Amino acid sequence: MVTALKERTTMEATVPVQQINRQENILSINNLEIFYGENRAVNGISMEIEKNAVTALIGPSGCGKSTFLRSINRMNDLIPGAFAKGEIIYEGLNILAENINVVALRKEIGMVFQRPNPFPKSIYENITHALKFAGIKKKSQLDEIVEESLRKAALWDEVKDRLEKSAFSLSGGQQQRLCIARTIAMKPTVILLDEPSSALDPISNAKVEDLIVDLKKDYSIIIVTHNMQQASRISDKTAFFLNGDLIEYDHTEKIFTNPSVQKTEEYISGRFG
Amino acid sequence: MNTRANFDQSLQELKTLQLKMAGEAETAVKNAMLSLLNRDVELANKVINGDHLIDDLEYEIHEKALMLIARQSPVAKDLRRLHVALKVSSEVERLGDIAVNIAKSTVQIGNEQHVKELIDIPQMMEVALEMLTDAITAFYSEDPALAKKCAQKDDQVDKMFGELVQELLTYIPKNPDFTNQIIQLAYVCRYIERIADHATNIAENIVYLETGKRYNLND
Repeated sequence: MVTALKERTTMEATVPVQQINRQENILSINNLEIFYGENRAVNGISMEIEKNAVTALIGPSGCGKSTFLRSINRMNDLIPGAFAKGEIIYEGLNILAENINVVALRKEIGMVFQRPNPFPKSIYENITHALKFAGIKKKSQLDEIVEESLRKAALWDEVKDRLEKSAFSLSGGQQQRLCIARTIAMKPTVILLDEPSSALDPISNAKVEDLIVDLKKDYSIIIVTHNMQQASRISDKTAFFLNGDLIEYDHTEKIFTNPSVQKTEEYISGRFG
Repeated sequence: MNTRANFDQSLQELKTLQLKMAGEAETAVKNAMLSLLNRDVELANKVINGDHLIDDLEYEIHEKALMLIARQSPVAKDLRRLHVALKVSSEVERLGDIAVNIAKSTVQIGNEQHVKELIDIPQMMEVALEMLTDAITAFYSEDPALAKKCAQKDDQVDKMFGELVQELLTYIPKNPDFTNQIIQLAYVCRYIERIADHATNIAENIVYLETGKRYNLND
């Protein structure tokens, strides 16, 4: 059993059930600062991420939104000199704490990147690769997870007859949905998406957007996007970042019809950035 | 740096068209009122025959606004501005129709002497016209305070309307030969009351454009 899960199991045993299961928010970010060496990329932001909702992070390049996204499953640990202060509370744990097992964390908080990055393996093995590492060996169980994940990623009908074919035989849009299926297979609670459809054609983009909306009933989704229309179409809440600050965070309808802050208005209506 | 100069220019062109339409409608309403007060059938016919210009402008504004919605993906105030362009142009188009209705009443009355000297009707016309002028000015300057001030006069017009119609009806038994004219004048009062309502609706849209909040200024 990994440290993070051990700690959480202990907490679940002591915290009343309704406080854990009835909570509206999946993540609480408190005064989060992120540094690359001496440069501060995120300036002490605080926000709650809603459970079973799509949260969009928008803002011009270099505003800190992707840095923030990557901090949620500790991907910034891979960057030399990067470190974070403050808290990201996930199910009672500060995931920035040193004793967090990041491998376990990344199973619960999965990530999909801008460019589809399937493994150079078959479609089937793309899903089962990590599962085997996690100790699942039984063929029938693997088959079941592969089908379930591909169905949830709205890809099953398109690939069920060619699971043994290389993942590279798929179109870009299909590859991205395979990457989402691969993330889902680990049974995460949170899915982080870093511009997941910016490299896709409009039809593939539409499929991925529909998929994201469908997935929120089972997962909490945080998406970084440069596409304002995408944020307005698929997200429930939108956070606008600028120069490392969280400028405005509100329901998406509010942000796109009547934002409270002039800078938000200027950005979403294309007046700067 | 303005990164959307073309879009901003199109929005400005749209506003110019809206102001042109509002100006045409305001002139039509004024002329219709004058035609009634002066029994000027020629001027009334000019109003009736000119209404298609206002209709054409409404069509042009709708086309332009829909094209900008489709092609520019407007959000926030840009989106409200286009929504308001559609709403206000419909209100203004109705004002054109009301001017035609008043002008038709002028034609109906023809050269017949008025049943009595018209005193209250011109006063009511004046208040409604002030409201309309204020609404158009508030739209031009995007001034929600002026819009609210304009709408405050609506109650006054409503009150005048109620009193005037009651008074007009008392003239019928005493002047049966003027029944048609009196009915026409009661209609005109109703039309003037509607002008004030449309001015109020325009004012509400200006407040919405500026604040993003819906106000019922009639309350």
